Amino acid sequence: MRPVLRRVLIANRGEIAVRILRTCERLGIEAVLAASEADLDSLPARLADRTICIGPASSSASYLDVEAVVGAALAVEADAIHPGYGFLSENPRLARACDEAGVVFVGPTEAQLAAAGDKLRARDHAVAAGLPVMPGGEVRGVTEARELAEDIGFPVLVKAVGGGGGRGLKPVHDPHGLTEAVERAMAEARAAFGDPRVYLERLVRSGRHVEVQLLGDGETVIQLGDRDCSVQRRYQKLVEEAPAPDLGDRLRAEMHRAAVAFGERLGYRGIGTVEFLVDLDRDTFHFLEMNARVQVEHPVTEEVVGLDLVAEQIAIAEGRPVTLAQSDVRTNGHAIECRINAEDWRRGFRPSPGTVTEAVFPAGPGIRVDTHVQAGSAVPPFYDSLVAKLIVCGRDRGDAVARLADALDRCRVDGITTNLPLHRALCADPEFAGGGADIALLDRFLEGVGAARG
Amino acid sequence: MNLTNDDVQDILRLLDATPYDELHLQTERFRLSLRRAPGGGWTQESQATGSPNVLPAAGSASETTTETTTETTTETTTETGAPGPPPVERDGLREVRAPLLGTFYRAPRPGAAPFVEVGSRVDEETVVGIIETMKLMNSVYAGFRGRVAEICLADAQFAEQDAVVMRIEPETRPA
Repeated sequence: MRPVLRRVLIANRGEIAVRILRTCERLGIEAVLAASEADLDSLPARLADRTICIGPASSSASYLDVEAVVGAALAVEADAIHPGYGFLSENPRLARACDEAGVVFVGPTEAQLAAAGDKLRARDHAVAAGLPVMPGGEVRGVTEARELAEDIGFPVLVKAVGGGGGRGLKPVHDPHGLTEAVERAMAEARAAFGDPRVYLERLVRSGRHVEVQLLGDGETVIQLGDRDCSVQRRYQKLVEEAPAPDLGDRLRAEMHRAAVAFGERLGYRGIGTVEFLVDLDRDTFHFLEMNARVQVEHPVTEEVVGLDLVAEQIAIAEGRPVTLAQSDVRTNGHAIECRINAEDWRRGFRPSPGTVTEAVFPAGPGIRVDTHVQAGSAVPPFYDSLVAKLIVCGRDRGDAVARLADALDRCRVDGITTNLPLHRALCADPEFAGGGADIALLDRFLEGVGAARG
Repeated sequence: MNLTNDDVQDILRLLDATPYDELHLQTERFRLSLRRAPGGGWTQESQATGSPNVLPAAGSASETTTETTTETTTETTTETGAPGPPPVERDGLREVRAPLLGTFYRAPRPGAAPFVEVGSRVDEETVVGIIETMKLMNSVYAGFRGRVAEICLADAQFAEQDAVVMRIEPETRPA
């Protein structure tokens, strides 16, 4: 039996650090922030009970440094480390180092992280759990790649086994480009992920990205509904919503069952997400990957199912069982999240670090803003460009879109360039407003408005 | 105690029943301004005013320099807002400047050979380095035809926007 957590080290930054802090405060848990030198004056540092510096601005020497993070937890005598998302959140080495240091890792087991993080192993688990996977498999060289590609048909996607978050993907449209793509992918995968293994999968050009939220305690696994994250550019999500609109009852139920089967196969502990690609032409779906952490888009699920997912994570980390029965999980209304990023969408999505001079956000019923910026906040060039998430909730999707349009009109972030104008334009786009669009929507939209695609 | 979104909603419910258009709240730890927006609905501006409670770093050699480093970073970030028109030529050398602020890398990947060395021949389109900003890699182009005369930044060094990255000795090629 694990102890009740009294002091948690938050090994992250930005809006998710604030998000975790808020739940800790509500639960009466002392929150210590592990921050880099660039973040010692940030909003999470001001809100945390205490802040400890874990290294210089460069994330490889701070947020990605397992020893620095575990050392900080020991120095402040934290009971647990919450890794947030990104950085070390899915790194089995942190989970192991926590175990060795006697600190609770708020997340799945080391073995589960390893299984979800190695895309080939995750694929094998998916097959074993009876999930449909995209036609494809590992290739050890160009000859194998050519044979497999002939089998599954072009276009194909060359993927790095150790990749993730949209990195390590190469689309190949015909046999001529295959040799070079596979050779380069293997060289780059070795350099970037320390693992040269690559695999091929059929590239689906028209599909929807739908994912299912899981909650497990190591024995029982339940699902907390689905999200649609099809509005994305270069595999980076921009708008997410829950539930996924216009999904047939049968398809939705099958995806929920598949996700739970995958979680049960791993004996999953914590919160996690199983991602699927829905094939619109064939009315089927395929397993993409599992994310073994809290996700950026978790608030849309929280808003429609009425749960605090970070609190659920902490409860599981304390060794408590899932008390919620599957039949108790009900979806109410429709929630949409916009990622407000410091980037200039009219100039090839050029990043725009700087200092925020003013940050005005909407407030009111059905509106939630998760952010780490306020007037005077630095948006450093060292980390990702997310500055705020605007989450709106309505009775149904139409109501949510209308509220989103109003809420976006009341947002103003000055001092840096943000993608707020893109969100306003997208919200007024008939195809987005219609719901259920595919992953190519954003590219079509950008082409239509003549935005530099960079 | 910090203000939660639920607190703000409760305050708005009260405000909605009043004729007031603005509310400003200040405590020891935060400021909050709520305003009726012209098109309906409310806006919020909040400011956590408490100081961070920063502990000395655990066994870190850099613990004494952390505060100043932060301030430098913040300051230099704002300074790049209005860069003056930079001189492009000195001693007959052309300056290659950082297209935006970020971390400068001399090689495409850790461990790989640098894009260029002093003496390397370049033309306008030659990639001479990378600037990483917000996890995006941006190529730095030589912009001139010639030879690399000087490399002004070390690998993984932070570069301000428009910082001089290299100097190129221009070359006029005979036709």
